[in-house]
Amino acid sequence: MINPNSPVLLEVRGLCASVNGIRILKDLDFTVKRGEVHAIMGPNGSGKSTFAKVLAGHTAYEVTAGTVLFEGRDLFALAPEERARAGVFLAFQYPIEIPGVANSQFLRLSYNTLQAQRGKEELDPLEFDDFVREKMKLLDMNPDFLDRSVNEGFSGGEKKRNEILQMALLEPRLAILDETDSGLDIDALRVVSQGVNQLTHKDNAIVLVTHYQRLLNYIVPDFVHVMESGRIIKTGAKELAVELETRGYDWVSAEHQAASETRAAGVTA
Amino acid sequence: MSAVLKNIVNQPYKHGFVTDIESDVAPKGLGENTIRMISAKKNEPTWLLEFRLKSYQAWLQMKEPTWPNVHYPKIDFQAISYYAAPKQKPKLKSIDEVDPELLRTFEKLGVPLHERMALAGVAVDVIFDSVSVATTYKHKLAEVGVIFCSMSEAVLEHPELVKKYLGTVVPTGDNYYAALNSAVFTDGSFCFIPKGVKCPMDLSTYFRINTEESGQFERTLIIAEEGASVSYLEGCTAPAFSTNQLHAAVVELVALDNADIKYSTVQNWYAGDENGIGGIYNFVTKRGLAKGVNSRISWTQVETGSAITWKYPSVILRGDNSVGEFYSVAVTNHLQQADTGTKMIHLGKNTRSTIVSKGISAGRSNNSYRGLVRIAPTAAGARNYSQCDSMLIGDQSGANTFPYIQVRNNTAQVEHEASTSKIGEDQLFYFAQRGVSAEAAVSMIINGFCKDVFQQLPMEFAVEATKLLGFKLEGSVG
Repeated sequence: MINPNSPVLLEVRGLCASVNGIRILKDLDFTVKRGEVHAIMGPNGSGKSTFAKVLAGHTAYEVTAGTVLFEGRDLFALAPEERARAGVFLAFQYPIEIPGVANSQFLRLSYNTLQAQRGKEELDPLEFDDFVREKMKLLDMNPDFLDRSVNEGFSGGEKKRNEILQMALLEPRLAILDETDSGLDIDALRVVSQGVNQLTHKDNAIVLVTHYQRLLNYIVPDFVHVMESGRIIKTGAKELAVELETRGYDWVSAEHQAASETRAAGVTA
Repeated sequence: MSAVLKNIVNQPYKHGFVTDIESDVAPKGLGENTIRMISAKKNEPTWLLEFRLKSYQAWLQMKEPTWPNVHYPKIDFQAISYYAAPKQKPKLKSIDEVDPELLRTFEKLGVPLHERMALAGVAVDVIFDSVSVATTYKHKLAEVGVIFCSMSEAVLEHPELVKKYLGTVVPTGDNYYAALNSAVFTDGSFCFIPKGVKCPMDLSTYFRINTEESGQFERTLIIAEEGASVSYLEGCTAPAFSTNQLHAAVVELVALDNADIKYSTVQNWYAGDENGIGGIYNFVTKRGLAKGVNSRISWTQVETGSAITWKYPSVILRGDNSVGEFYSVAVTNHLQQADTGTKMIHLGKNTRSTIVSKGISAGRSNNSYRGLVRIAPTAAGARNYSQCDSMLIGDQSGANTFPYIQVRNNTAQVEHEASTSKIGEDQLFYFAQRGVSAEAAVSMIINGFCKDVFQQLPMEFAVEATKLLGFKLEGSVG
C-alpha cells in the first residue's frame, strides 16, 4: 500500500557491486518505504539476485561504490547476521541444505536469536513446537518437516514453503523474496502467496524478485521495476508487469536506450 | 578458509598449564635396569617383573609400525623418562593427605577429588604422570564387591585377579607399543565387577601428564564377571609443552557371560600449536574380549587432542550372541594427525557389531578412519553395520577411510556406508541470514553430525564433549 507519509525503510544510492571482478550492479538507485510491495523484474543476468544477495551481505560479492541505508543505518557497516537481526530477511532462490541439523532446531535457534535481539521472550523446545506448528498451518505444511534435516531432500516447492515459514517466524521489516515462485506449481504458488499476504502490514515491506507476472496476480505490487545490466531502467505500477508479460523486455530496453541517447544529445546540444 | 571459520576452530587449549610440584623423575633411558627400577618402586611380585622383562625382550625384536597414515620424526626411546611421580607420603589414608597442589590441579581441571565436592554418582581414579594419586568412593564400591583402584594397588592387593587376566586380551607381543607398554607400564585403573553386580555408579579415570619429556604408560584392566555391568569413563589432559610426550597405553576389557562393559573416552591431550609444535603422541592399544555368551562391549570415544592419534579400540566377539560397538568422533585441527578406528573380530555364532565413526578435519590436519571387520568361519549368522562419515572444514584438511572387510562365513551380513561432507560458506551464510553467528552455526552443524555418537555418552560426558567440540573448533570456519 502506498502512503506518501510512510517512513523510508531502504534507500539505495549509486550501488555498484561485482563478483570475481565482474561488475554486476552499476549505479543502482532504489527506495522502499514501509508498507510497500515492490517487484523487481528483468531478464536473466540483469543482476536481480545479485542485488538481493548484496543487501543480505553475501561475502562472494564486493560492493565497490554506493550507499545503502536501512532505517537510516549504514547497512554495509553490519555483518550479515546483524542485518538479519536488524530485520532484513532474504528468502533464498536456492535454499541451502544442512544435513544432520533438524529443521526444528534450526528454526528455534534462529527464532530465539532474533527474539533475544528484540528483548523478547525466547521459547523452549516444547513452547516453540506449539508456536511453529501454528505458523505451519498458514502454509499448509506437514509437521514432519520439523524433524527432517534443514532442506535436505525437500522438493523445490517444499524448500520455498520452508523459506516463507522462516519469514513468518522472524517477522522481518524488509523481506526480499528471491524467485520464491520458481519451482512452485499453481496450488503451491497460491498457498505461499496467501502466506506472504498475511504477513504483510503497514510497518514492513516486501521486495519480490521474479521473472514472471503470475506471482503478481497473487501478491499485488505497488511498484514494478525493470532491471537491466545492473540498474533499474523503468519503474511503473502493477500494470507494467502485465505489459511485460505480453510484450517482453526488449521494448523497455529500447525505450531506455532512446531516452539515454536523447539525454546525451541534449547535453551535447 | 575464511576468517570466521578460522576463529571458530582455533580456540586456545585451556588445560595447558603445568603444576609446580616436586617430582621424583627417573633418569631418561630404557633398559632392563629401568624396568627393574619401576618394578622395585612399586614393590611388585617377581611374576610381574618377569612379565615386564619378557615384554621388553619381545619389544627389542619388533619394529615400529609404518602402516598408519601419520608422519613424525623417529622417536628416541632413550630420550624419555619412564617414571615420574609427585613426591608424597608413602601411604595415604585419606584424600586430605593428598598434596594440596595436586588437589588444586584437579579442581582446576574440573575433577574435584573430595567426595563431598565430586560429581554425584561417579567414582574417580586420578593418575598424575606415572602414579595414581587418589581414588574416590572406593569404600562405597567395596560394599557391593566392586574393586576400583589403581593398577599398582591391585597388583599388591589382588594379585590373583591381575595375574589371571593381565595380558590375556592384549598379549605382550601384540604390537610394538603394546609390548613397550607391557615392559614399562606405570599406573592405570583396575576395575573388577563380581558376578551379578551392576556397578552402582560410573567409574572414571582422569589421566594427567605433567612432566616434560616423560612418557605415560597407562595400563587399565576391567573385568565384568557373569551378569555384571559397568560404565567406565576416561578423561585426559596435558600441559602445553613444545616437545612431544608419548602416551602409550594398553587397556584390556574382559566380559564374561551376560556381562556388559561400556567404556567412554573424552581424549583432550594437548594437540600441539598451530604450527604442529609439541603435543602428545597417543599410541594406544585398547581391546575388549566379549568372552561369554550374550556379553556386550561398547566403546565410545571423542578424540579431540594429541598431535598424533593411533588408536583402534576393538572387540573380540568370542561368546555366542555377543555384541561389540564402536562409536567415535575424531576431531583434528591445525597439523594434527589421526589414524583411528576399530576392529571387530567375530568368532562366536550370531555375534553382532556396530561401528559409527565421525571424523571432522579442520586446518591442515589429516584424519583417517581405519577399521577391520573380520567374520571367522565359526561366526555363523554374524552381522556388522558400519557407517563412516567425514566432515571437512575449510579446504586444506584431509579425510580418508580405510575399511578392511574379511568375511569367511556365508551366513554373515556385513554393511558399510560412508559419506563425506563439508561445512561451506553457503551454509554459514544461510545461518547468518537468519541471525545466527558462525560460531553457533558451526556448533549446530557439528553437533548434528556427531549426534549418533554423543547419544551414547553418559549425560555429563555428552555435555562436556559438546562444549569441548565447540571450543576445539572455534575459529576454524570460514
